[in-house]
Amino acid sequence: MKKILIVDDEPNIVISLEFLMKKEGFEVAVAADGDEALSRAAAFSPDLILLDVMMPKKSGFEVCEALRADPAQAALKIVMLTAKGRDTEVARGLAIGADAYVTKPFSTKDLVVRVKELLGLA
Amino acid sequence: MLSGFVVALVTMAYFGLLFAVARWGDARADAGRSIITANVYSLSLAVYCTSWTFFGSVGRATSGGLSFLTIYLGPTLMLMCVGVVIKMIRIAKAQRITSIADFIAARYGKSQQLAGLVTVIAVIGIVPYIALQLKAVAAGLDMVFGQSEHSVRLLGMDSTLLVAGVLALFTILFGTRHLDATERHEGMVAAIAVESVVKLLAFLAVGVFVTYGIYDGFGDLFSRVAGHPEFARLLDPDSARSGNWMALLVLSGFAILFLPRQFQIIVVENVDESHLKRAVWLFPLYLLLINLFVLPLALAGLIHFPAGTTDPDSFVLSLPLAHGADALVLFAFIGGLSAATGMVIVETIALSTMICNDLAMPLLLRSTWLKRRKAADLSGVLIAIRRTAIVGILLLGYVYFRAAGEAYALVGIGLISFAAVAQFAPAMFGGMYWKQGTRAGALAGLLAGFSVWAYTLLLPSFARSGWMDGSFVEVGLFGIGWLKAQALFGLAGLDEISHCLWWSLLANLGAYVAVSLATTPDAVELAQAERFVDVFRQTERLPGAHLWRGKASLDEVVELLKRFLGPARAQQQLIHYARLRGLDDWRRLPPDAAFVHFAESELAAAIGSASARLIVANATREEDLGLDEVLDILDEASQVRAYSRELETKQRALEAATGELRAANERLRELDRMKDDFISTVTHELRTPLTSIRAFSELLYDDPRLALAERQRFLGIIVGETERLTRLINQILDLAKMESGRAEWTTSEVDVGAVVRDAMETLGQLFRDKGVRLDAEIAESLPPVQADRDRLMQVVVNLLSNAVKFVAADSGVVRVAVGEADGALRVTVADNGPGLTPAECSQVFEKFRQGGNTMTDKPQGTGLGLPISRQIVEYFGGKLWVESAPTAGATFIFTVPLPAPEA
Repeated sequence: MKKILIVDDEPNIVISLEFLMKKEGFEVAVAADGDEALSRAAAFSPDLILLDVMMPKKSGFEVCEALRADPAQAALKIVMLTAKGRDTEVARGLAIGADAYVTKPFSTKDLVVRVKELLGLA
Repeated sequence: MLSGFVVALVTMAYFGLLFAVARWGDARADAGRSIITANVYSLSLAVYCTSWTFFGSVGRATSGGLSFLTIYLGPTLMLMCVGVVIKMIRIAKAQRITSIADFIAARYGKSQQLAGLVTVIAVIGIVPYIALQLKAVAAGLDMVFGQSEHSVRLLGMDSTLLVAGVLALFTILFGTRHLDATERHEGMVAAIAVESVVKLLAFLAVGVFVTYGIYDGFGDLFSRVAGHPEFARLLDPDSARSGNWMALLVLSGFAILFLPRQFQIIVVENVDESHLKRAVWLFPLYLLLINLFVLPLALAGLIHFPAGTTDPDSFVLSLPLAHGADALVLFAFIGGLSAATGMVIVETIALSTMICNDLAMPLLLRSTWLKRRKAADLSGVLIAIRRTAIVGILLLGYVYFRAAGEAYALVGIGLISFAAVAQFAPAMFGGMYWKQGTRAGALAGLLAGFSVWAYTLLLPSFARSGWMDGSFVEVGLFGIGWLKAQALFGLAGLDEISHCLWWSLLANLGAYVAVSLATTPDAVELAQAERFVDVFRQTERLPGAHLWRGKASLDEVVELLKRFLGPARAQQQLIHYARLRGLDDWRRLPPDAAFVHFAESELAAAIGSASARLIVANATREEDLGLDEVLDILDEASQVRAYSRELETKQRALEAATGELRAANERLRELDRMKDDFISTVTHELRTPLTSIRAFSELLYDDPRLALAERQRFLGIIVGETERLTRLINQILDLAKMESGRAEWTTSEVDVGAVVRDAMETLGQLFRDKGVRLDAEIAESLPPVQADRDRLMQVVVNLLSNAVKFVAADSGVVRVAVGEADGALRVTVADNGPGLTPAECSQVFEKFRQGGNTMTDKPQGTGLGLPISRQIVEYFGGKLWVESAPTAGATFIFTVPLPAPEA
């Protein structure tokens, strides 16, 4: 069973994503800020991370960079989630190694398709 | 004893050398490679040191002690006024000035009378000075040959006449060798520089010989003087004579500029203004060196020769002679000869130029002889006049020497000349710096000063020589006591030089200023005053051309140039000028104002500005420019200057405005960026609840079989997020309205205590649900404030709901207090929550910055509550701030000012 880590400081978004991913059959863990995201990633070793950008303590970009610098997480797929949809931010996210960049609000179906694609399940 | 043959041979060889130097200098100048460097220029200034310095300083030191030094301090001080001398040089070059008479005449409307008067004063003043040089050379010859009373004779002539003759010949060869009459003589300047070196070396050689050869250095000499108390006074700078010192400083300061030979060398012969900067220190250094041994020689002479047996003026020769140093005697004689010939050559060249241009030319131009010889080349005539003048001047000097004889010691004569040329000072300086000075004023001043000089100094010297009755000196003219020539108006007690200088300058300056103020200048004067005083501001390429109007024919003007400059030089200058105006052939030059101006200045260089003006006026059909027209033109020129000044000011203002605009633009960009950031943030804040709403809606929609409890929970979230979205939109609009000043306010009397109680009641349930204690301390009978009740309510509710949000459940305590302080009502909301860091204390009032990271409470806040509250409080003139520290809880305080008490 593939494992997904959900990172967002908005509790309601976390609830919805958790429900959605569990329904699709993934094992799910959650984190509410950047620091927690890194510690959970180390402990839970997810296959994919749904990562919010605007978070307290460490932003999604910083978390992404830290994960990409970690050889142990080389296989990890990173999907950035953000409410800020500017082109420059998309470009920045992809430049630092994110596998996909999804703007909020997103279609739950599309997100699921995207996640499965990245995990080679589609 | 030296043989006459050796002396003659050495003298001739020395003159030959000088002549070779002069030829070489002229040749190099013609080839365009001037040898006049800053050093040569500085050395040539030492033509100031004549035989009066070479022989006379020692003589003067034997009677006047250190006062001989003033004659050298004055020039040093004057040269330090570099700006004055540079201005004089600049004017002289712009106007093609040929002499000091020309300078003064040109300034005051190119006046022939003025040029003539200055020339007459200069000739009368200088001839005795030239006589002095002849006397010095003759005395030197007598000394060398051991004769007395100028009895050295050759071909039946006495030695002095012989010397005058040789000098005349030499001067003619030096100064008027060129057929074309130009104002500069570079060869002569080079020869003078050589002479300066020779006389300095000769004097130093004698000084060293006497001080270290005969005696044992300065110390030895001065200690011997101690044995002669009658000489010791020479070493005191006698304070009682300070008046005399002052006069000598002023006199010699003027002399360095206004003696015709000095003006010639410093101003007319100057090739590069920057040379002056070298001269400013090199020339004083020269003076210092040549004076170094004056006092030792004077003392040595006094000690060596019994009183009255030897003329102190000849110590320079008699001391080495007495010790049998023949070669040194010869060298000293050559040095003295250098000093004398240098002075005579330059002085007679300068004077002959003045006589030719300012006395002879005006007569010639009026004579019928010239009209008859209309086509003839007059440049030869000019040279002939100058040569005649040279011979005439030296002859005059000889006659004066013969007549005046031994009436005065050398120094006396020199100072009389100095006092004469000092009379040029008011007209010169006034002309350079005072536009109101007029021709009539200059004439009056010169005449007054010259008259006083003649009456108080020249005529008494004649009387002393026995040529006239001396009663005007003894008892006053017509027996009137206050007209005593050397105690005018009872001013006794001054020495004759000081007495003459102060009275003559007073009369001169007084007449110059008074008459200038009382008269109006004519058009030419006005234009010249402008060109002289404002010489540094004249930048046009062909200055002055705009002040001429009339008709001229090219042929006639060219004819004039050929007549006075000679055909060759005229042609050369025409070609040069045509090239300047971009023409290959001078024959195609337009006979316009600029061309006439060119021709006039070329002529001025040859025959002086006054004569040039007259000739040009006669040869062209000039239209007189009226005084008003000249004023208009000058006014226009000054308007152009004023305009360009204004333009400069405008430009500066424009630059300042540009800077301001740039700053404003920068600020606008900053605001634009802030607006972008704001929109971006707002977008983010709106998308966040939308994300939840959409996600749960899709989940519910996609899965109709969802458990009821789950369904209820999701729908609850959707409803909550929708409320949050609504609240957010309302607050954004609210804030936008307040910031743009379009918010609606209902101002009335508000009881703040009641508002707080209302708010507490509204939120009571929230506090009870979380188990948070809410205490209130509201002062009794508080005065009402002017405010919007609903808005104040909004503020209090915001602060209370923030407080309850951040305190811990069950243990949380929030205290509300309302009181009065400093003319305002003061509301505080204190909690025992986690507190804020100093940075957070200001951040919480920024938009969308939410305190804390509590996930649970997040959806409640919009991040706009505090910014809106602050806007409201500030609208009513109050303040909203927070006092807090981490773990110490937070206290939010706001004030609302009370209405000012009615007076």
